[in-house]
Amino acid sequence: MIVRRLSSWPGLEWRNPFGELERIRREMDQLARGLSRGAASAGTAGVFPLTNLSEDADNFYLRAELPGMKSEDLDISVTGESITLSGERRIPEEEGNATYHRRERDAGRFSRIVNLPDKIDSGKIEAEMKNGILSVILPKAEESKPRQISVKSA
Amino acid sequence: MEKTTKALQPKEKAEVTTPAEQTRPGRAFTPAVDIFETDKALTIVADMPGVKSEDLDIDLHDNILSLKGDVTPPETEGEWDLYREYETGHYIREFTLGRLIDQSKIEAELKDGVLRLTLPKAEEATPRKITVKSA
Repeated sequence: MIVRRLSSWPGLEWRNPFGELERIRREMDQLARGLSRGAASAGTAGVFPLTNLSEDADNFYLRAELPGMKSEDLDISVTGESITLSGERRIPEEEGNATYHRRERDAGRFSRIVNLPDKIDSGKIEAEMKNGILSVILPKAEESKPRQISVKSA
Repeated sequence: MEKTTKALQPKEKAEVTTPAEQTRPGRAFTPAVDIFETDKALTIVADMPGVKSEDLDIDLHDNILSLKGDVTPPETEGEWDLYREYETGHYIREFTLGRLIDQSKIEAELKDGVLRLTLPKAEEATPRKITVKSA
């Protein structure tokens, strides 16, 4: 009788030789699936509002979805390299004895600090609320902008 | 009486996986709605941030009310993402209406990314007080 020795572990003599490999492959698949669901599932800070931060050569762009938010209920302040978004989302009371069948929208206070990766020119920040989307344009400070370096050929 | 406002919790958007294929490219999400009813009308309020009036499509046939809002991603060409916590996509939701609604008098208003649909009840559905005459 030939006993295939797979490893030095005792008791592993005649098992499915691919058992371990299958298990590892299944776990890797699950891991890959979790990662590929999109950045949203991996990177939520768990604070309202959810924000997207992007940049181009000159500015940082911070965007958040705040439907029904009025500019006067929103407070944006910048300190150093962090920007604080705070305020209150209100849902107006309905008159006339309304009976709610479904309530999925939330109202309440929020406050969130977003850290920026680089220095910004805080004097030139612009913020706009349009169709319920807040866009904040944060121009980069001169030293944060990418500088082209020319290569001299000998 | 003091009303303390609670802190808002973030909610990830629910992505739509409909059996019907989307004709427009991009992801689709279900907008959060509040539905309430008064004596006169049924009102649906939906959060659809990023949708402009011209990109909103409200369709009613066979007693099915469909809301479709198109959203163009706000990112411009030269931008690259540092981190994304939410995805941009269209908003789609459908409701079945009963015969209570007077379908010719539906009103819609879109403001600050919030859609408010007022569906007035049909005449025979508004409660009427019936006085009982005692003999």
